[in-house]
Amino acid sequence: MDYFLELFFGGLTRGSIYALIALGYTMVYGIIGLINFAHGEVLMIGALVSWTFTTAMAGSGMPGWVLLLLSVPLAVLVCCALNFSIEKIAYRPLRSAPRLSPLITAIGMSLLLQTLAMIIWKPNPKPFPTLLPPDPIDLGGPVITITQCLILGLTVVILSALMWLVNRTKLGRAMRATAENPRVAGLMGVKPDFVISATFVIGAALAAVAGIMWAANYGTVQHTMGFLPGLKAFTAAVLGGIGNLAGAVVGALVLGLVEALGAGYLGELTGGVFGSHYADVFAFATLILVLTLRPQGLLGERVADRA
Amino acid sequence: MKNKFAVFLVCAVALVALPLFVQQFGQGWVRILATALLYTLLALGLNIIVGYAGLLDLGYVAFYAVGAYMYALLASPHLTETFPWIAAMFPKGLHMPIWVVVPLGAGLAALAGVLLGTPVLKLRGDYLAIVTLGFGEIIRVFMNNLEHPVNITNGPRGLDRIDPFTIFGVNFGKPLVVGGFSIASVTLYYWLFLALVVGSVVLCHRLELSRIGRAWMAIREDEIAAKAMGINTRNMKLLAFGMGATFGGVSGSMFAAFQGFVSPESFSLMESIMIVAMVVLGGMGYLPGVILGALLLSALPEVLRYVAGPLQHLTDGRLDASILRQLLIALAMIVIMLLRPRGLMPPPEHGKAAPSPATAK
Repeated sequence: MDYFLELFFGGLTRGSIYALIALGYTMVYGIIGLINFAHGEVLMIGALVSWTFTTAMAGSGMPGWVLLLLSVPLAVLVCCALNFSIEKIAYRPLRSAPRLSPLITAIGMSLLLQTLAMIIWKPNPKPFPTLLPPDPIDLGGPVITITQCLILGLTVVILSALMWLVNRTKLGRAMRATAENPRVAGLMGVKPDFVISATFVIGAALAAVAGIMWAANYGTVQHTMGFLPGLKAFTAAVLGGIGNLAGAVVGALVLGLVEALGAGYLGELTGGVFGSHYADVFAFATLILVLTLRPQGLLGERVADRA
Repeated sequence: MKNKFAVFLVCAVALVALPLFVQQFGQGWVRILATALLYTLLALGLNIIVGYAGLLDLGYVAFYAVGAYMYALLASPHLTETFPWIAAMFPKGLHMPIWVVVPLGAGLAALAGVLLGTPVLKLRGDYLAIVTLGFGEIIRVFMNNLEHPVNITNGPRGLDRIDPFTIFGVNFGKPLVVGGFSIASVTLYYWLFLALVVGSVVLCHRLELSRIGRAWMAIREDEIAAKAMGINTRNMKLLAFGMGATFGGVSGSMFAAFQGFVSPESFSLMESIMIVAMVVLGGMGYLPGVILGALLLSALPEVLRYVAGPLQHLTDGRLDASILRQLLIALAMIVIMLLRPRGLMPPPEHGKAAPSPATAK
């Protein structure tokens, strides 16, 4: 049971990080129908900015948690500016182009950012400094680290804030209207360009936070680190029903748990035939299974085919 | 008419003679040409799925991998060394002739395509993209890990000592001596790939004009309307998957024989994405465009190798040539797409007015 709970918390943490990234994917997709392949790279840049700041300031005598806290707004700022420019340069000119064209610029952007990061930060993996006390908290059996607690707590706060933003504010209403129908939204006085930029900026902020969480939890940063979480978060967004915010969160948590539990139990259940490296197979098999049974994703609405 | 034929003949002779000319500058260049042709073959296959039928497949490399591993397993000492009972069955070692292996690889890849296609037929657009991507990753994880408990794929170390092709007694692994001339092994492969590409282009062109091709394009434009017109969309989509996968399988076995070595590293997601980029960058659904895209994206990195050297000097060697190359490829992808959103060579519009940029906002 203790083992199960530890895996469960691990999966939940992973799932929360996926959720933050998946929201960025799903919001962008909901509004302009583009798979933003460069999203994982935004996360990577966020983590690397935070790493630069925290290692540079390590000698200043400030406690670790203050450093970590200070690095968050910095990374968020950099990533927001970055994603804003990416949209402006690579996606906006292609808004009326065939659907797959912006996908290719997105792939190009992803490659470009990775290469630039490799030039700026050098290709070697860098240890992310331990800024929070590493001692685990004993819950009377299972243990959980402070980092994990913080990630879970922060995710809940951020998600609530996002829900408030999307459902209660004027910007949120404009976003939903644009997602529904950009042209009509425009007639109603919404500026689609502004809304789309805002969506990219919000997505980037979430990705930056997620990147720092990922780095703090797994301990290394590198120019390739954005690929895997990006891929998984996209999978999660689709699993939950792409374009649906709640769906992205549910999908991400399900995916995180499936991965953690799959990796933890697969070896045991199959008598060592399949080891924990099959966790990915497990995750993708779940995806295929879910989509076969529910083609619109877990929480997605059945969209009528457009004529 | 006569003129056209003459142009065609000149082109054909030039293409066939190209490696003999290029090898003056080194065998490496012929190798680049052969690899570019291999990618063209892959791009042509993916074009059936993405370009004609409009199904975005981000895991195309899985079929390539199936073909490559199929050939590698049946024409290398790996299986006989690992399993004594197979060694007992084939005392001279497992060296299946290509007439068995290539169709088998193609068939297996087609089967994989149909197997993948069946559960995901209901999915549209990007759901399909992510499922195919997941399928590609699953295949790669299996290749990486199927060395335990029984060693089938030899894990990340890959399979080596793969037999070169032997066609009509001509061994592609060593230079062919005709008269006084010695024709290098890569040149032989170049001709083989060229023949395959030409065959595929003809096949694709005929498909495009056939009832099947028109059905695919109808599905791409509007699936519901296509269904209403009596097209069996399910079978047509499965056929597209199967056909595309067959191309992938054949290219895979070619790749295995050409390299003599396969490992999971060659079949990463990035490879799939690059093939999609070739198709879209060149011009989706239009054969000359697809070929152009494939040649450009596969040859560009190699050509840039020569450009990157001087650039490296300009930056005092601070930037590695391979990094510069990657940078330039990324920039090229973005810039080309921005300048030509419909691809370098988009299909001509059939009696349809191009959407004027003024109204689309």
